[in-house]
Amino acid sequence: MSKTLVEKIWDAHVVKREEGFPDIIYIDTHLIHEVTSPQAFDGLRKRGLPVFRPNQTVATADHNVPTLNQHLPIKEELSRYQVDMLTKNCAEFGINLYGLGHPYQGIVHVIGPELGITLPGKTMVCGDSHTSTHGAFGAIAFGIGTSQVEQVFATQCLLQQKPKTMKIEVNGDLQKGVGAKDIILYIIAKISAAGGTGYFIEYAGSAIRSLSMEARMTICNMSIEMGARGGLIAPDQTTFDYVEGREFAPKGEEWDQALAYWKTLYSDDDAQFDAVLEFDAADIAPMITYGTNPGMGMGITENIPATQAQPESEQPSYQKALNYMGFADDAPILGKPVDYVFIGSCTNSRIEDLREVAAFVQGKQKAEQVEVWIVPGSKQVEKQAIEEGLDKIFEAAGFQLREPGCSACLGMNEDKIPAGKYCVSTSNRNFEGRQGPNARTMLVSPLTAAAAAVTGIITDVRELI
Amino acid sequence: MKKFETLTTTVVPLPIENIDTDQIIPARFLKATTREGFGDNLFRDWRYDSNNQPKADFVMNDATYQGKVLVAGKNFGCGSSREHAAWAIQDYGFDVVISSFFADIFKGNALNNGVLPIQVTDEFLETIFDTVFKNPNTEIIVDLENQTVTLSETGAQQSFEINPYKKSCLINGYDDIDFILNNKASIETFEQTK
Repeated sequence: MSKTLVEKIWDAHVVKREEGFPDIIYIDTHLIHEVTSPQAFDGLRKRGLPVFRPNQTVATADHNVPTLNQHLPIKEELSRYQVDMLTKNCAEFGINLYGLGHPYQGIVHVIGPELGITLPGKTMVCGDSHTSTHGAFGAIAFGIGTSQVEQVFATQCLLQQKPKTMKIEVNGDLQKGVGAKDIILYIIAKISAAGGTGYFIEYAGSAIRSLSMEARMTICNMSIEMGARGGLIAPDQTTFDYVEGREFAPKGEEWDQALAYWKTLYSDDDAQFDAVLEFDAADIAPMITYGTNPGMGMGITENIPATQAQPESEQPSYQKALNYMGFADDAPILGKPVDYVFIGSCTNSRIEDLREVAAFVQGKQKAEQVEVWIVPGSKQVEKQAIEEGLDKIFEAAGFQLREPGCSACLGMNEDKIPAGKYCVSTSNRNFEGRQGPNARTMLVSPLTAAAAAVTGIITDVRELI
Repeated sequence: MKKFETLTTTVVPLPIENIDTDQIIPARFLKATTREGFGDNLFRDWRYDSNNQPKADFVMNDATYQGKVLVAGKNFGCGSSREHAAWAIQDYGFDVVISSFFADIFKGNALNNGVLPIQVTDEFLETIFDTVFKNPNTEIIVDLENQTVTLSETGAQQSFEINPYKKSCLINGYDDIDFILNNKASIETFEQTK
């Protein structure tokens, strides 16, 4: 029987399927961090259980860590306690931790791929909704709650309904200045912040195929922003080239065996998806969000859609969003002043993102009134950026290169955007207060963020390259 | 997990769409390492101003509306997977959330904590809002066994879907770990054949 890629991987991980019950699915790799794990460890203690397969869990500290002076003790007491708790829990339960100060520390969704932990065909989970990132390698990867973190600790399995499948094809060539972030913001704007709920999405088509692994991760990362549990891309030579030689990737004979298997991981020609959508890459402009969910996005040269143009039942929520943002119906977004630029997060903090920003800002200066934070995704990204001299370019432009973590994406640490200020951000969520109480977030690509940093206003990057 | 029983209660109406888990519990309150106490910060930035004073226009600060059921606009619980959102809702005292659409992860987290997410049609959701805004003392009856939700005042009723396994978990008060642990032998067999 022909199968989609999701079905192939799913079916290979079913431990038990019983009528009237969700499947028991085996989880190959479990990633954890300091915020969503402590209550799960507590649960194990209460039940008197060990971690069933500690070698299949990897930990790092990312959500709650400072991005300056990481060599010093964490100042904020609760944050320090939570990070210390992770260290203690990992030691007690025998879990490998890449904590602060470790050369592999970083955002959990950045370190998995760069260490070769993320591999095609795997099932991977983490107590973080952006676990969908790892789907870029052709893995089934999705975010879970803390009760499920405890389940995976205790059993290396989850009870899960088999998801519906959706294929999203993007074909054709992208315009100059348009990248992966614009593709995914465009898709979310088209199908809404709930349009993918209940589905696993397979991204396909020539425009997706031509993307690098970093760019594919950006696409899969934001699958959750349309409600999908996960998104994935069939592995191909780009994937294999990225994985080969990485620290924990298979080597020698194991590599050959793995590669042979990975080459079978694609949706069969006549496989049936529950939904199929197609988009033309040439239609996509640099994108920006103007509201308070990631579905409220548009091409950067467009005007903010009018409240009257929304379905009547949705108008109060829509108006609430525009009021929060301080935006008016039908107004252009180009030229709006910017206070902060944040380049980072599990969506856009990889070396390719930093290179793209550096290439654009080389020889330019940030606008005087704008504060620019660049937060690399991991210690390895930071190290490579410095080796390539990107830090010097950023410094000359007035951009601040900080240390790795989730940072201003969710404002759990001290990296918060002040109330009322506008932040152009390469992160993934523009929810009310996401970057700090009453902060106003506009989601964009790294290139569009860099353009705003330099001009101090929302700018169409196509005019500057 | 405590057992879920039939519930008759007034409700708290929150007719806002796409309520994400950052609104339910902002990230800066996720530093606790236990499951308790999150209710104090449920909807923190909608409930309190920057001086920590209650905002009079927010429904949870209006004594007119109280009860064990939260009724909210569509796509409730989108965004972050933080289970703290379900803990906050439960800790505040809600046993049920009714909406016309739920985000996946929130729905699973709620069920894993004995909070019942009930999906109704857009029309029925409107009916609940209309009825409750006209008469805040309107009671709602949630009958999990028969999978119905009923407005006592008008008798308007709708049935709802729930996975039969999850239903039995709620009614009996047991959780997924108990279930999976009973299949340990299957897991070990799977590992050997993989």
